Amino acid sequence: MMENGFQSTRAEAFPAGLRVLVVDDDVTWLKVLEKMLKKCAYEVTTCCLAIDALNILRERKDGFDIVISDVNMPDMDGFKLLELVGLEMDLPVIMMSVDGETSRVMKGVQHGACDYLLKPVRMKELKNIWQHVFRKKIHEVKDIESYEVIDDIHLMRNGFERFEDSHLLSGGNLSLAKKRKDMESKEHENLDLCDLSSVKKARVVWTVDLHQKFVNAVNQIGIDKVGPKKILDLMNIPWLTRENVASHLQKYRLYLSRLEKESEPNAAFGCFNQTDFSPKDPSTGFGLQSSITAHQSREACSSFGFSSGETIVQAIDTEIKEGDLKDIVPLLPSPEARNALVGKLHEIQKKSNGSQIDFSSSVGGSVGLDVRCDSFDSTGLRKHQWSREFSDMQFKRQTEPENKSYRHASPAFVSPHPCIETNSSINAGAPIAKMEKENSSGSGIKPLCSRYPTSNVAYLPAMASTESPLPLQPEAGIGNILLSGRACAMNESSRTKGNSFGHSRGICWGYDQKDLFEANTAVLQSSYENLPLSSLQDYDCVENTVLNNIEFLEYDDLELFAALPVQHCDRLKFNGDYNLSEPVEYPAMDQGLFIV
Amino acid sequence: MGSNQLKTQLATMRDALFKQGYLDEQFIQLEELQDDANPNFVEEVVTLFFRDSVRLINSVEQALEKTPPEFDKLDKYMHQFKGSSSSIGAAKVKSETSLFREYCKQGNAEGCVRTFQQVKKEYTTLRKKLETYFQMARQAGPGESASRPKLRFQVYPVVGVLASVFLTSFKLYKSTLSEQNNASSYVLFLLMSVSIMCEV
Repeated sequence: MMENGFQSTRAEAFPAGLRVLVVDDDVTWLKVLEKMLKKCAYEVTTCCLAIDALNILRERKDGFDIVISDVNMPDMDGFKLLELVGLEMDLPVIMMSVDGETSRVMKGVQHGACDYLLKPVRMKELKNIWQHVFRKKIHEVKDIESYEVIDDIHLMRNGFERFEDSHLLSGGNLSLAKKRKDMESKEHENLDLCDLSSVKKARVVWTVDLHQKFVNAVNQIGIDKVGPKKILDLMNIPWLTRENVASHLQKYRLYLSRLEKESEPNAAFGCFNQTDFSPKDPSTGFGLQSSITAHQSREACSSFGFSSGETIVQAIDTEIKEGDLKDIVPLLPSPEARNALVGKLHEIQKKSNGSQIDFSSSVGGSVGLDVRCDSFDSTGLRKHQWSREFSDMQFKRQTEPENKSYRHASPAFVSPHPCIETNSSINAGAPIAKMEKENSSGSGIKPLCSRYPTSNVAYLPAMASTESPLPLQPEAGIGNILLSGRACAMNESSRTKGNSFGHSRGICWGYDQKDLFEANTAVLQSSYENLPLSSLQDYDCVENTVLNNIEFLEYDDLELFAALPVQHCDRLKFNGDYNLSEPVEYPAMDQGLFIV
Repeated sequence: MGSNQLKTQLATMRDALFKQGYLDEQFIQLEELQDDANPNFVEEVVTLFFRDSVRLINSVEQALEKTPPEFDKLDKYMHQFKGSSSSIGAAKVKSETSLFREYCKQGNAEGCVRTFQQVKKEYTTLRKKLETYFQMARQAGPGESASRPKLRFQVYPVVGVLASVFLTSFKLYKSTLSEQNNASSYVLFLLMSVSIMCEV
């Protein structure tokens, strides 16, 4: 058996030691499946209820490789669980049912299942489920160069080879030899992909035309209903992949949220939002947080489990904007913006409350931008709470009902209002402050990203102390928002990887540098507080930070309003690259950190 | 010997269950899962099924008593029951549940009631048969399982033991030809080895 928590060891023997979570309300089947999977040399965890499964998954982030779930379950629909898992944890999910009707199978695939097994399930079918895990990893690498993913793939490859060898020695399947060949060819492919220094990934260049088509598609669908798949269909560009669209959508959202923030530089967001949030804090905060899932190119945003703060806020841009928008709505100076926001909020609200904003994690690659903001209100809060969201508590809380009140985080896709929105960001900040208060995570300021130890440390203590809603100044708000967005993103990724703090820090720094610094300390602090307690993983931090830094840098360099459009373009392009060059970002980060 | 007879009987019964359609391939899957770590796996699973499905059957009965019957609920229960019964390979039970669901979809209360009686009948019959089967299996002794290779592995050590016993006894015999005890002990050894071989 693989050592628990020792990922490399486990991955080395891939596919043996694959960590499977089986969810089925039928105890007989649970027993049978457990035995079958154990025979495949997988690590099995079973549970009867979908809710238990979600809790287990949330508790043990990165603790599982794949989930197998039955379709019919008493407490929650299997498809819903499927969506949630996909969104929150971005794990491959296999559906099972005794019912093999085409419509059901289609529904499963539509909801994102990577496979649909018919009961009675055969052992040979279970033997091959590792392919889904591997496939996902490969795609992750294609989307974003993530060190972790790359490492995983290397490990898997190595592990597979080793597994194969031992298998062959013991007279195992000859098919393994064949698999090995496949792996080798994949290996070369991966090597190319993994070679960060010379990223060969064919990057899609988003020309003005292409972007215009994209925007048209987005507007046609509606910001809150948008998803990479829908956009892709509308755009009708054959060579464009869903991943491309998803990552672009993420950036676009970020861009929109930025615009909003910038448009309202001094909105008294704090008051408004704060009041709103205070009563609801927990719920709202959670809403946002939960929404942040670092799913890569997740299309189905459906009710996001606010419960788990795992949402990865990678796609800060759009998401943040939305959140900010919500908070900002009341404060938005421009009626237009406000209306837009409100409109969006309503839309969002209509969606099931628990919708989460899928932020494509910078790490995780393009994240499903679908922002189902049912509880978008919470989403809005989420945005603010980026930092907050990280606290598990926050996530747990479902913001649904409460979020509505202020959340109206209008979809970030509102056509960017040139500067009016800036204030909205402030509002976002306010909520954040509020949220932070609520987040007991303040204590969580803990793990400082190793990369940014100095900067983080300075802030952390401050952050930790602040629990009460800080008077978020517009700047702070913006900062928060931005921060939150990033923090969220970072947190998200960190969350997933345990680096919540690192990220938020990165964000805060960046913003502070800009303008927000002044009064943002409190805000930042609060945001820090909210930062999830998860320990930061270095590379996550870096990635996020880098991301943020880049963003920040861009901001810093240009005047907010004036530079926005340009920034946007640059950013769009830039964002694509930032993932790759970690070291480059880092210095930027330091720069940003300097503010304090 | 007795155990052999039992084993033969057991095998016959097992074949009959398959031929008569009470069990399907899933049962064999379960048998294949049985190993040293879980030597009674099949029986455990079957027991679990029969225990767990009792409450399902009760729920269905209760739902059927209502007028008009709640077809949605009935369908849901039956779907669960179908899934459950497929886990042990209860073929006849499974097909009856499918039929029941058809009537449910049609809203045919009488058909449902009738079919459910069938379901229960098949269920009870299978239960009895399997109980007998497992009882017999236990009597037939360990090593009596679908996994043939297990027996082979058991044979080797036995053969080895027999061989060593034989050699030892032969050596004793040779060394002390005159002594009667040795001869008798040798004979005893032979008898032992023969009986062991019979057991195998």
